[in-house]
Amino acid sequence: MSIEVRSISKSFGSFLALDDVSLRVGDGEFVALLGPSGSGKTSLLRIIAGLEEPDRGTVHFHGEDATQRDARERRVGFVFQHYALFRRMSVFENVAFGLRVKSRAERPPESEVKRRVTELLKLVQLDWLGDRLPSELSGGQRQRVALARALAVEPKVLLLDEPFGSLDARVRQELRRWLRRLHDEIHLTSLFVTHDQEEALEVADRVVLLDRGKIVQDGTPEELFEKPASPFVLDFLGSVNIFHGRVASGRAHLGPLSVDYPEHPQAESAPASGYARSWEIDLARDGGETGGFLATVRHVSVSGAVVRLELTPDDGAPLKVEISRERFEALGPAPGERLRVTPRKVRVFVGEPGRE
Amino acid sequence: MKAPRSREPRAVRLLLIGLAFATIALFLLVPLAAVFVEAFRNGAGAWLSAVSDPDARHAVKLTLLVAAIAVPVNAVFGLAAGWALGKFRFPGRSLVLTLIDLPFAVSPIVAGLVFVLAFGRSSPLGGWLTRHGIEVVFAVPGIVLATVFVTFPFVARELVPLMQSQGTDEEEAARVLGAGFFTTFFRVTLPNVKWALLYGIVLCTARAVGEFGAVSVVSGHVRGVTNTLPLHVEALYNEYAFQGAFAAASLLTLVAFAAMLAKAFLSRHAGEEAP
Amino acid sequence: MRAARVTPSLLPGFGPALGVTLLGLSLVVLAPLAALLATSLRGSPAAFLAAVTTPRVVAALRLSFLLSLGAAAFSALLGLLLSWVLVRYRFPGRRLLDALIDLPFALPTAVAGITLTTLYAPNGWLGAPLARLGVPVAFTPLGIGVALVFLGLPFTVRTLQPVLASLDAEVEDAAASLGAGRFEAVRRVLFPELLPPLLTGATLAFARGLGEYGSVVFISGNMPMKTEIAPLLVMTKLEQYDVAGATALATILLVASFALLLLLNRLEAWAAGGRR
Repeated sequence: MSIEVRSISKSFGSFLALDDVSLRVGDGEFVALLGPSGSGKTSLLRIIAGLEEPDRGTVHFHGEDATQRDARERRVGFVFQHYALFRRMSVFENVAFGLRVKSRAERPPESEVKRRVTELLKLVQLDWLGDRLPSELSGGQRQRVALARALAVEPKVLLLDEPFGSLDARVRQELRRWLRRLHDEIHLTSLFVTHDQEEALEVADRVVLLDRGKIVQDGTPEELFEKPASPFVLDFLGSVNIFHGRVASGRAHLGPLSVDYPEHPQAESAPASGYARSWEIDLARDGGETGGFLATVRHVSVSGAVVRLELTPDDGAPLKVEISRERFEALGPAPGERLRVTPRKVRVFVGEPGRE
Repeated sequence: MKAPRSREPRAVRLLLIGLAFATIALFLLVPLAAVFVEAFRNGAGAWLSAVSDPDARHAVKLTLLVAAIAVPVNAVFGLAAGWALGKFRFPGRSLVLTLIDLPFAVSPIVAGLVFVLAFGRSSPLGGWLTRHGIEVVFAVPGIVLATVFVTFPFVARELVPLMQSQGTDEEEAARVLGAGFFTTFFRVTLPNVKWALLYGIVLCTARAVGEFGAVSVVSGHVRGVTNTLPLHVEALYNEYAFQGAFAAASLLTLVAFAAMLAKAFLSRHAGEEAP
Repeated sequence: MRAARVTPSLLPGFGPALGVTLLGLSLVVLAPLAALLATSLRGSPAAFLAAVTTPRVVAALRLSFLLSLGAAAFSALLGLLLSWVLVRYRFPGRRLLDALIDLPFALPTAVAGITLTTLYAPNGWLGAPLARLGVPVAFTPLGIGVALVFLGLPFTVRTLQPVLASLDAEVEDAAASLGAGRFEAVRRVLFPELLPPLLTGATLAFARGLGEYGSVVFISGNMPMKTEIAPLLVMTKLEQYDVAGATALATILLVASFALLLLLNRLEAWAAGGRR
């Protein structure tokens, strides 16, 4: 079933949480709502679930207007950030709850409930924990119970609010791969909220990036990565270096850096900023080449497969650079040494620097 | 719980502990012992005849009746207040919370007086009720009303902060899973606060059984009609029937004991309900 | 249509629950209290003033205020001692001691009243030796004070205990390690933290004492101008069919309760602000 929201606005007191947001999630799609805290992503999810009332705008399921429909009639599966498991019920009872509270006419017989719950617990690999209370489970197990509980009522769409937010890094990785595999199996239209760009890019078919109540970009992970619509998107999706300067006559002069910028052929100059991701920068011993600029190594941090360096150009702010371990070992830079820095890719945005 | 390390010299520590024991003994333990010593001063037989005296038995019955009305009323009220004030934020919420606490601050005598003024024969409402054969003041309804007043905050005070700290996640989850209001309330919310509810009910019952000042004002002290157990104690005491007074008082003290025990037991469970 | 400022806006049952709450509150608490204020306002201000300035009323109010204040202060001191010992030390009998603190909460006031009177009467267990020392207790203001301390003790202990328990003893160690003496550490680190709960507990004890009737009425002896407390005078006036006089004095007590409740709210906000 598809989800569509049209021109949704919502404010809490004087705080504008959502500002005229429209979005469509196609049948069977797996979409991530990504954004910093306060960007409105959770409010949007709650409005879709019917837990919050929009000030303006409509919510449609499968083309039908469901804005006035009560949460209990929307048939959405909702996985809460802190699981919201019923603390006095066993795992089994938690999962069975949605089936047992159905009206007499729709309620499956208890044998069917048992079968379905067992099946779901198997699906989330917890069938051996049915008698436990939520407080006796680990975070990752609770999360999977919450998911099984949401799936028990055979929802038409699945909404997940920061589903991995309160788990430690290792469990988080495992669980999000598992969730992706699960989605590939059952193809349930899913929308999940996260503030972790890595998570969004890894799991979702499509990523919708929100900032201060507005959608700033909507596209596949590749699109967001390769064609960021704004400096905010670029900045949010990973560590970047910013070079401030001006652009004129088809060329941008950005501190130590100078690159072509044919989009601005006018002779009249305009303020501009260039962005280079920390892992899209080459480092080399200075052999007198042109291109790039010289900078002094200040700090080296070797952690895992990637080596992070901090360098200071002769004029300008410190730079963050990530290179592979092999490259680092071949180069062998030491603090205090001067290296030639060449960004492989610089994205230039015209306008005053900072968030637009 | 880990015992905190103490920084005082041993002598200081022992002195403070000794002082604490002395204080408790003098202020609390000695009075407690005195109740039972006085109650059994003339032997168990005298005690038994004092507590099985018809007036005493009537007083016990009336006390239980009053508690049986006041406690459920306040439990229902406390649950409603817990839901409205614990689960929701709205303008004016803190004012309502303060007003709920009001009966704790008001003198029981004032509490009794307001019902005499509101339902006494000289008031329009009281006059109308009297003409229709309903007596409130100096009758059982007045005693019930005054008791409901003084015990009003007990259950709400336990439930509102607990429900607030538990948040609305589970109720929203139940909602999304298709549960209606009553299912959500009785299967999700109530089980989460049941110990705190019982705790509040115990406190409410103890106060309802023991209330003296407010009930004293509205009762009219009609022996065998409007005397609750605490009023019965007063009546006997004022007639210098000390042993009888303390025998009745010993019953009330046992209720207080039971309440303290129940409280100690329940507070452990109620503590687990906090998230 | 529900007001948009109610959150969470879509959880059901808010209206009926608030309705029951407000209805109960209005019927049981607010309407009767309003009836008192209305009765008291119906008379002329001069009559009201005259009723509350008779020497007997002034004496009763002064006695009630001063004794409650003194008893609250004494309860605060004892509360400090008891909560300190209960929280900081481990010794046999600690749990029993802790459980006994609640006794004045649980014991009906009439029982407390007759028991304290019997104990402190000139021929009582405690009254006889004290009387020989020339300190009569029962039927004197001191007796009222004893009853009020009995009543106020749990308030100060129970407000201090959780705060004292939450205070990290390591903070004191840190202060000591920075060169502060024991006295300095207590004064600068502990005292500021304990002041809000100490005041809150004392205010609770004061409010309770001001209105108390049952545990005081027996031990006070009820001599007008000497040992007659304000709540008892309300009762006496009512029994003498001086409804106007009873109402006027009750109004003063009610206003004092309001003021104390507001003060308590401020104290709570202060304590919360200090701890976060």
